[in-house]
Amino acid sequence: MGRRIINRRPGKGGALFWGALPFLAVLVLYVTFSALRLAENPNDKLLPAFSTIADTLHRLAFVPDSRSGQVLLWADTASSLTRLGLGLVVSTVIGLVLGIGTGLIPYVRAGLSPFIAVLSLIPPMAVLPILFIVFGLDELSKVVLIVIGIAPFLVRDMAMRVEAIPSELVIKAQTLGANTWQIVTRLVLPSVWPKLMDSLRLSLGPAWLFLISAEAIAAQDGLGYRIFLVRRYLAMDVILPYVAWITLLAFLMDWALRYANRRLCPWLERGAS
Amino acid sequence: MSRVTVDNLWMEYGDQVVLERVNLDIPSGEFCALVGPSGCGKTTFLRLLLSMEAPTRGTIRVDGEKLSPEPGPDRGVVFQRYSAYPHLTVEENVILGLEFARAPLFGKLWGSAKRQAQDEVASVINAVGLDHAKAKYPAELSGGMQQRLSIAQALVRKPRILLMDEPFGALDPGTKAQMHDLVRELWRAEKMTVFMVTHDIKEGFGLGTRVLAFDKVRVDPDEPQAYGATITLNLPLEDKAERAQVVQL
Repeated sequence: MGRRIINRRPGKGGALFWGALPFLAVLVLYVTFSALRLAENPNDKLLPAFSTIADTLHRLAFVPDSRSGQVLLWADTASSLTRLGLGLVVSTVIGLVLGIGTGLIPYVRAGLSPFIAVLSLIPPMAVLPILFIVFGLDELSKVVLIVIGIAPFLVRDMAMRVEAIPSELVIKAQTLGANTWQIVTRLVLPSVWPKLMDSLRLSLGPAWLFLISAEAIAAQDGLGYRIFLVRRYLAMDVILPYVAWITLLAFLMDWALRYANRRLCPWLERGAS
Repeated sequence: MSRVTVDNLWMEYGDQVVLERVNLDIPSGEFCALVGPSGCGKTTFLRLLLSMEAPTRGTIRVDGEKLSPEPGPDRGVVFQRYSAYPHLTVEENVILGLEFARAPLFGKLWGSAKRQAQDEVASVINAVGLDHAKAKYPAELSGGMQQRLSIAQALVRKPRILLMDEPFGALDPGTKAQMHDLVRELWRAEKMTVFMVTHDIKEGFGLGTRVLAFDKVRVDPDEPQAYGATITLNLPLEDKAERAQVVQL
């Protein structure tokens, strides 16, 4: 009798093979269809050959642009990451301060919790025009869009995490003589820190979404700006490597947050629970 | 000194009466075992002693003074679960009480102040037999070790009253016996007034110097929530030699 399918597991090599399979499949499909289309029309722009992409990438990443004198890929990356980083840092600070406040202090919860619940239901893209009108078309409005997009989620998530701390631990801290601020620094912050890292990882997707949307609409540089700029020339040889590059950046940020979590919270990996 | 007097205490949630007419006068140093069936207000009574909740009627006094309305370092506590802080090592868990007292700004000691605190808690950690596990996190400890850690943690601020809610309920019999010896020793040394909720009547009589049994004396079959539990038996175990040594009558 063979085992049930839910009990069959791939080995180490098998897992690697099955993991690589979808990537290989996409690659093979792309190469095949690209070759077919190019054989029919050598000027086809939709599925450029890898050699064309490599040439374009070389120009973008190593040759200064004739008009601005900047190397486009790095200039775009720098401005996008600055906006994204600022947005994430500001959102994290807001998430921690308001989240711990509403989760721990009944008066803050009574005052802010309904307001934040309503605020988090506003679709951020719908207020983008307001942001452009109020904060102008430069950096600030893009950062604010990211903050409006992810801070309410972080605040509510942090508040829930704080409320989920067993009341025994909070009571015990009081019997050890802790004041409210000490409870925050020694109990609440370390308890919610790993959850904050997880929530930030989940927020990376929306953060990129809002960044690229804002850049697509009004910007002079940035990864999203470039993609939407060259769209009108059907420049897939630029768009595809840019998308791959954004994906790689997002993956690295996700990995970095996970790594930081493991390093800063050693108790998570020690022991049974 | 910490004589606990309870005067006509009632605890009601809406129209549900949990405790009624509780009157007690516990001399300083008494080891009280709270026994009784489930849902008879033992834990509620402990929560009132800890100021986790306020009684609807009546007062609790310690040495004649009304109980503070919130938990404080005068009353230590050992819970059955979630006893120690999972993100701190054994030593950090025990030092925490000293850090709260000495580092008002962040509750954390550094440098020589930290080393001094570490020296101070070494004896407590030794007393509960965790000196070899100082650097471990609670998740790496067995259930008995976690409870010993929790006791050491509670004792660091030298509370006058120690409250324990089924502290050994989840332990195996062998570990339980060890814990009994440990708690008895610490109680004798510190001369605290102890309130311990337990399901195990044998444990209550073995460890306590006074047994308090909670039960409902009045039951209305149509309205079971109309009457609460009270203390039906308040029995000082006067023949225990250690009672005469520790309890200040």
